Amino acid sequence: MISLDTAELNPFKATRDSFGEELHRLGAIHPKIVVLDADLSVSTKSVLFAKAFPDRFFQMGIAEANMVSTASGLASTGLVPFICSFGCFLAGRYETIRISIGYARANVKIIGTHAGLGIGEDGYSQMGLEDLNVLRALPGMILIQPSDDVTTRAAVRFAAEHVGPVYLRLTRQKLPALYSDQSIFQMGRGIIIREGEDIALIGTGSTVAEIIKASTLLKPRNPWIIDMPTIKPIDRALVKGLAHTCRWIVTVEDHQITGGLGSAVCEVLAEEKGRARVLRIGVQDTYGESGSPEALYEKYGLSAIRICQKVKELN
Amino acid sequence: MPSPAASLETAKRLQSISLECRIDIISMLQQAGSGHPGGSLSVIDILVTLFFHEMRMDPKDPHWSDRDRFVLSKGHGVPALYAVLSRKEAIPKGELSSLRQINSRLQGHPDRVLLPWVEASTGSLGQGLSIAQGIALGLKTQKNSARVYCVIGDGESQEGQIWETALSAPKYDLHNLVVFLDHNNGQIDGHVDQVMDIRPIADKWRAFRWAVWEIDGHDISQIISALEEAKGQTDSPCMIIAKTIKGKGVSFMENDVKWHGATPSKEEAERAISEIGERMKVV
Repeated sequence: MISLDTAELNPFKATRDSFGEELHRLGAIHPKIVVLDADLSVSTKSVLFAKAFPDRFFQMGIAEANMVSTASGLASTGLVPFICSFGCFLAGRYETIRISIGYARANVKIIGTHAGLGIGEDGYSQMGLEDLNVLRALPGMILIQPSDDVTTRAAVRFAAEHVGPVYLRLTRQKLPALYSDQSIFQMGRGIIIREGEDIALIGTGSTVAEIIKASTLLKPRNPWIIDMPTIKPIDRALVKGLAHTCRWIVTVEDHQITGGLGSAVCEVLAEEKGRARVLRIGVQDTYGESGSPEALYEKYGLSAIRICQKVKELN
Repeated sequence: MPSPAASLETAKRLQSISLECRIDIISMLQQAGSGHPGGSLSVIDILVTLFFHEMRMDPKDPHWSDRDRFVLSKGHGVPALYAVLSRKEAIPKGELSSLRQINSRLQGHPDRVLLPWVEASTGSLGQGLSIAQGIALGLKTQKNSARVYCVIGDGESQEGQIWETALSAPKYDLHNLVVFLDHNNGQIDGHVDQVMDIRPIADKWRAFRWAVWEIDGHDISQIISALEEAKGQTDSPCMIIAKTIKGKGVSFMENDVKWHGATPSKEEAERAISEIGERMKVV
C-alpha cells in the first residue's frame, strides 16, 4: 500500500508496457498462451512476446474481426489466446466479440490499449472511450482497468489463469507506481487507498493518480480514496458501504460517463439503501480531440485541479 | 482407390441417408413452425458425405481431441446438422422435435455451449469461417492431425470478414482447413447475383491463393472426389465451390427464395415427404 505522504506520483510506466513485460514473462512458463495482434504489436507491446515466442504469435494484419473469431477457434483447441489492439478498434468489433467470444464463452483475453483521452495527440478516432460501455453488457465478460505497474501484472496473471473472457483496458501514457505487492489486486475488489469522511473519490486506471493528487488539495474534507480496477463485476459491497458512510460518491474515469465506472456505481446505488449521491466525472457525452494528455485532462475535467474544483462545489 | 462398384455402392448408401435426412429436416421445420428449409436442403448432401464418409469421429464422444471438426458458418442451415447428428446417433432422434422450443439444446442457430457437437456458435454470418480457421491453426500449432471442415453460404460471402479469412488462411498454410461454399444463389431478399453479385467467385478464391474445386453439390461422387483431392494439399487451404439448389429435393421449394426462411404447412410437409419417399424407392 502506498503511503500518501511520501507517494511519488511522477510518471513511471504505461500499463501497456507492464502488460507486454508480464505477458513475455508468462509466455515462458505457460505454454498454452498464444498471442494475436492486428498490426499494432509495437504499440500494444505484444511485440515482446512475439519476438520471444514466434511460433505462438500470430500476426493477423489490419483485420480485427478476423482476429477476434480466430482467437475463439484457437481457444476451443485448449490454447489461451490474448488478442491485442487499441481498445476502440476491438470494442468496435462488438458484434464479433458478442458472438465469437461472449456467447461462445470462449477463453479469450481481450487486451485494449490506448484507453481514453490519455493517448493525447492522435485524437478521438484512436481513443477507447466507449469500450467499457459496450463490453459491459456482455454476460460473463470481466472488465479490468489497472492503475499501475504492479496491479497490471497481477491482472495479466489473473487473465491467464481465469477460464473465460476478460477485457483489460490499458494506457498509452505512463502512470505513477502506486503499489508494491501484487496481492493488492483481487478481481472484483476495490482497493481502499485511504479511508475518509463524507466524500468518496473513486478512480480507475489513469484517474487513480489524479484523485490521489486531488485529495491532497482537499485535505480538510478528508475524502475516501478508492481504486476500482474491476469495472465488471463491480465491488458491490464496497459501493454499498460507501453509500451508507458518505454523502457524496465521486467517480472519475477516462471514459464516457455512460456505461463505465460511474454507471456501474449508480446501478448499485439505485438498488441499495444509502444516503450518498453520485457525481460522475468523465467525458461528458462528447467526442474527444487532439492535444497533450495533460491539456486534455484539464479541458475535460479529469485533472487533479479540475476534480478538486468540482468536489469543492459539493455540499 | 476403391473399385468403381464400391464407389457406386458408397454413393448410393449416402444418397439414401441424405433422403432420410431431408425428411427429418421437413418434419422438424414443420413442427417448429419457423426456420430455414431452403439452405438446409441445399447443404444436406455435403453434410451427409462429411459425417458418414469423410470425418473421423466417435458419435459417443464429442470431446475426443483427435476428432475432425465441423463448423457450420451459415448457421441458419442448422436443421441439416441436427438431422445428420441424429442419424449418427450422436443425439437422440426424439430430440429433433424440440427444435426452437424453450429449454431445447437445438437452438434456432447453433449453440456450442448447449450442444457439444456444435464446434462454433454461429448465425451471425461471416464469423464461423474465422473460427474454423482458428481451430485449424490451433490444431496445427499443437501438431494434431485432425482436419477442420466448414460450410459457408454464398449470401454469407458478402460479409467482409469472409475475405479477411480468405486473406489470412493461406498465410498460415492451413491445408487442414477444407471449406465448402454452398452456392445455391438464394438469400432472403432475392437471388444472390441480384442482391449483391459475388461472381466470379472461383476466381476470387484462387486469387486469394486457395486450392479451388468446382463441383455439383448434390453429386455425392463429386463431393467425395473433391474431398480426396483436398487431402493431397500440403500448403493451401481448400475451397470446394458446390453448386447447389436451394430447397433441393422438394419440387415446390426448389430455387424459390421464398423458402429461405418459411416453413411448410402440415399439408405441404406431407407432400414434400411423400415426394422424397418416392425418390427413396428409386435409390
